[in-house]
Amino acid sequence: MAVSELTLAAEQHTTAVTSQASGAILSNAWLLIAFPLVGAAILLLGGRRTDGWGHWLGTALPLASFGWAVAALAEILAVAPEERSFSVPVYTWFSAGAFEAEVALLLDPLSISFALLITGVGSLIHIYSVGYMAHDERRRRFFAYLNLFVAAMLVLVLADNFVLLFLGWEGVGLASYLLIGFWQHKDSAAVAAKKAFLVNRVGDMGLLIAIMLMFTTFGTVAFTGVFGAAEEAGQGLMTAIGLLLLLGACGKSAQLPLQSWLLDAMEGPTPVSALIHAATMVTAGVYLIVRSGPVFEAAPAAQTTVAIVGAATLLAGAIIGCAKDDIKKALAGSTMSQIGYMTLAAGLGPIGYAAAIAHLITHGFFKAGLFLGAGSVMHGMNDEVDMRRYGGLRKAMPITFATFGLGYLAIIGFPLLSGWWTKEGIIEAAFSSGGSVGTGLGVAALAGAGLTAFYMTRVMIMTFFGERRWAEGAHPHESPASMTAPMIVLAAGSVFLGAVLVFGYRFAHFLEPAVGAPEEAHEFHLAAMFTSLPSLAALGLMVAGAAVAWFMYGRREVPATAPRPGPVTAFARNELYGNALNEGLLMRPGQAFAAALSAFDAKVVDGLVHGVGTSVRDGSRGLRGAQTGFARTYALTMLFGAAIVVATLAVRI
Amino acid sequence: MASMASSAQAVLASPAITENPPQIDYWLLSPMLVVFGAAVVGVLIEAFVPAARRRTIQLGLALASVAAAFVLTVLVAGSLPAGEAGAGIAFGSVAVDRVSLFIQGTVLVLGFISLLLIAENRRGESAFAAQAAAVPGSEEEREHVLAGSQHTEVYPLVLFALLGMQLFPASGDFLTMFIALEVMSLPLYLLCGLARRRRLFSQEAAVKYFLLGAFSSAFFLFGIAMVYGYAGSVSFAEVARAIEEGGGPLFADGGGQPLLLLGIGLVGVGLLFKVGAVPFHNWKPDVYQGAPTPITALMASCTLVAAFGALLRVFYVPFGPSAADWAPMLWVVAVLTMVLAAVIAVTQRDIKRLLAYSSVVHAGFVLTAVIAASPEGLAGAMFYLAAYGFTTIGAFAVVTLVRTHENGPEANELSQWAGLGRTSPLLAGSLALFLLAFAGIPLTSGFIGKFAVFQAAMAAGATPLVVVGVLSSAVTAFFYVRIIVLMFFAEPSEGGPTVVRAGAFTGSAIAVGVAATFLLGVFPSPVLDNLIPQPGQPQDESLLATSEGGAR
Repeated sequence: MAVSELTLAAEQHTTAVTSQASGAILSNAWLLIAFPLVGAAILLLGGRRTDGWGHWLGTALPLASFGWAVAALAEILAVAPEERSFSVPVYTWFSAGAFEAEVALLLDPLSISFALLITGVGSLIHIYSVGYMAHDERRRRFFAYLNLFVAAMLVLVLADNFVLLFLGWEGVGLASYLLIGFWQHKDSAAVAAKKAFLVNRVGDMGLLIAIMLMFTTFGTVAFTGVFGAAEEAGQGLMTAIGLLLLLGACGKSAQLPLQSWLLDAMEGPTPVSALIHAATMVTAGVYLIVRSGPVFEAAPAAQTTVAIVGAATLLAGAIIGCAKDDIKKALAGSTMSQIGYMTLAAGLGPIGYAAAIAHLITHGFFKAGLFLGAGSVMHGMNDEVDMRRYGGLRKAMPITFATFGLGYLAIIGFPLLSGWWTKEGIIEAAFSSGGSVGTGLGVAALAGAGLTAFYMTRVMIMTFFGERRWAEGAHPHESPASMTAPMIVLAAGSVFLGAVLVFGYRFAHFLEPAVGAPEEAHEFHLAAMFTSLPSLAALGLMVAGAAVAWFMYGRREVPATAPRPGPVTAFARNELYGNALNEGLLMRPGQAFAAALSAFDAKVVDGLVHGVGTSVRDGSRGLRGAQTGFARTYALTMLFGAAIVVATLAVRI
Repeated sequence: MASMASSAQAVLASPAITENPPQIDYWLLSPMLVVFGAAVVGVLIEAFVPAARRRTIQLGLALASVAAAFVLTVLVAGSLPAGEAGAGIAFGSVAVDRVSLFIQGTVLVLGFISLLLIAENRRGESAFAAQAAAVPGSEEEREHVLAGSQHTEVYPLVLFALLGMQLFPASGDFLTMFIALEVMSLPLYLLCGLARRRRLFSQEAAVKYFLLGAFSSAFFLFGIAMVYGYAGSVSFAEVARAIEEGGGPLFADGGGQPLLLLGIGLVGVGLLFKVGAVPFHNWKPDVYQGAPTPITALMASCTLVAAFGALLRVFYVPFGPSAADWAPMLWVVAVLTMVLAAVIAVTQRDIKRLLAYSSVVHAGFVLTAVIAASPEGLAGAMFYLAAYGFTTIGAFAVVTLVRTHENGPEANELSQWAGLGRTSPLLAGSLALFLLAFAGIPLTSGFIGKFAVFQAAMAAGATPLVVVGVLSSAVTAFFYVRIIVLMFFAEPSEGGPTVVRAGAFTGSAIAVGVAATFLLGVFPSPVLDNLIPQPGQPQDESLLATSEGGAR
């Protein structure tokens, strides 16, 4: 009886038991973080002396991290799947009694996947930036911030507890702020950076409160401790924690209702948009939700909310993407939408975790490729971002056209390219999660697929096809090799990576020890991926969306200035009036509230504080009087002191 | 052989001193002997070496001897048999155990850094008077200044003071401790009056320090007499035994309690004066301000460490069995110290006086660990002292660099420091780190130190004391942070101070201070784990040697 139960349990929950890391690579996994951190320190502290070679150092160190991550992956793959979870103690600050202040990392299939994505794509984008930022005086500083970002992001995904995760979470927030506002001489950049920071604060508060709740409930913030006890805690509490975690995820991943900062964040240099605001940082919310899977398992209501938020965002992002003329903003809307897919999948439970992460990784490649392509176009077009000023660029920039085109095919879900494999996984997971909710989510995902095809075809046509609508004096030219090489690598990933990950559910099985397996395991059928009803519908919608875009922008002439929008277009162009909503609902009442608090602070709190301060100061002045400078007074004080000492002792007789 | 003469039993046990000379383990005493020898040689150098070459030779000798003494201290610590606390030497008059070796090692390292500050010489100008015997402002003084005279006697004086500081916490009986106290104090009285600038002020400080020091020594000596009357011995081990047995040989019926309590009180006054606890703190601001800043650094670090080492030994070893009697007295003193000193410090306008009051408050924090009367308290206090010593030397080293103008006196008025962070960010940054450590901000050594002493006090049930300590920390944080704000966020004032370029000596003193403050804050475990008894060890095993016999 007991034995059979055990076997059953072993079949159902293949979650790995964490053990102490032993290998030379894994036990020194802190180097993953240390490399880019040292880079940031050298570049920032070294000052102008490092101007000449700083960018090369800043590129080499993330590459070293990537190499280390690959070696770590090899060590992880060398052990049996149920043992693929390693705790790496890094540093014990001090221990006092039962209280231990220490830092440890967790390396398992999930975190190493992220580490590889961050360091791999990150390194490519570093290389690209060498060319892209070649003419910027502050290039060294740019690389320092990029390195800082990579280090913070690695802390986020490698942490073995929520507090360390939060440290990384704030670290990437800081790096993002610094990089969005990198061209701080532009007012719009400074404002965008501030906005990103403030909106993220809302999400951060959610995460912080969730962490506090966990600590008061479970007495620990370690993943193992919290997840182990999640089932025993009350439903209401777990729902609260789940929703607060979701709030945090919404902030970082630009999900509704905290999406408004992402489009403005495109003010940063394009490599930043590619690395931080497309490939890595914005996926941190998805990571958080997948990592906290057991919390959401114990709170079905919160889990459903996650899926619904994801579905709503994927549609909203797609709609915004349809109307933007700024190439980077169109891509940013697309990013929102794609992360919506991932969030949706993450909200489906174990059935969707692997699909979410797989899509996250392929998205990291093709979206980074698309952004780098956009950057390459801007580089050749004197930093023009308005697609109405492009057109016919495929001849002028053949490599950019090819790589961008492959990324485009991947994102719209062209069969057998990366995006197709992973998006199909999400659509299939949504439909098979069952119930009317599942069907609704599936339909939303399908509609998103059609919209994606529309807006991406629009971008493609307006940029590379049709007539030249260039501004005067524009001489588009292909970018240098340091920029095209990373684009080619990313394009290759956009083509092949999906098949490598999804074929035979290889990646899903790899992730299972970390995120848990779905209750009924699916068999992998390539034929089913072509012939199932949702797949065919997705394919049909993709073709339809692309065709509509072709008719609207390929057949007709694109006006060089945007025509007067209809109500729907205006709605989309104004980002669904999200900013106006924030302003009316939050900013103005918030300002009034802040003014009231400020008055309270000035009158009541300051009054109290000043009262204490003044009394201490007055006391201090009074006591200073005793410090006369005369030795005789001092001696007398000592005599009194001795009397006090003797008196307190005499009480004991 | 003070202890022999004073102990009738010891005399009876060895009737003929010439036939049975005391077995003295010179190896265990070697760190002190090296410093003593170097100090004596230093005096001879003053007599026989031409003036031009004296400074180089004296400095080299002083640094070499302190470094050698430190190495020997480490070797002696390594040679102590495992599992044993230590050994008493020369009939128990000197106790060489892990605690005294740790304190001695700390004193020697801090003394070495202080010597670097003392040796700093700018265009032939040191921090000391050209000719101390000349009347300030006189023609004779001017001649000496123009001739470039120097007081190289400073170095042997410092070595004698360091010798006293080594012996003070390692004393095994009260008379040795008194001698150590005087050996330590007398050179310091002298050194305090040797400031190059504001000489009258400096001399006033020295006289005050001397008068009050003599006054406190009288208390201390009188207390020793009381304790001797109670226990019939001045040996720490004998006193402890007498208290445990409920009275010495003279008071077999246990009637000597008043005598003992009076003794504890008066000895306590002497020691509390040395650490500068309220209400015996009055000398500190005046003397710290008047003394040459390198000497202030020496007193604020080494003297405090040594004095606390002695205080810990006296209250843990001879008076250890009557901890319940003296704890309330120390409670009162600790609370007064933490509260009053913190409050007075708020309105100080002179950086050296401020640091003096800060030192008084820190003494209060360490006292909470003394009150704990536990191995954890001992360990916490030792860690705190080491951490504080490095930080405070660094802070005073910074003070020596900020001048009113090139070649001018130090600019000690805090208002003159406004905007220093903009003109010399590195210097102001170091001072900011030291101030944050004083305030006990995490990731500095000050935080770990405070955590260690407060935790020990909590464990010993002195929670109210810890509450007072934390509140006092908050008040002190106010004026530390105010300085940081002043340096970094205020506009530089007109005619602001000139920051002198740090020489190699001062620079390395600041660098060591920064490194120690940072490392002890981020990686405290190697030090802390060695001091705090681990759960595996038996709890009753004391770190302090109490044996009296020269067994080795």
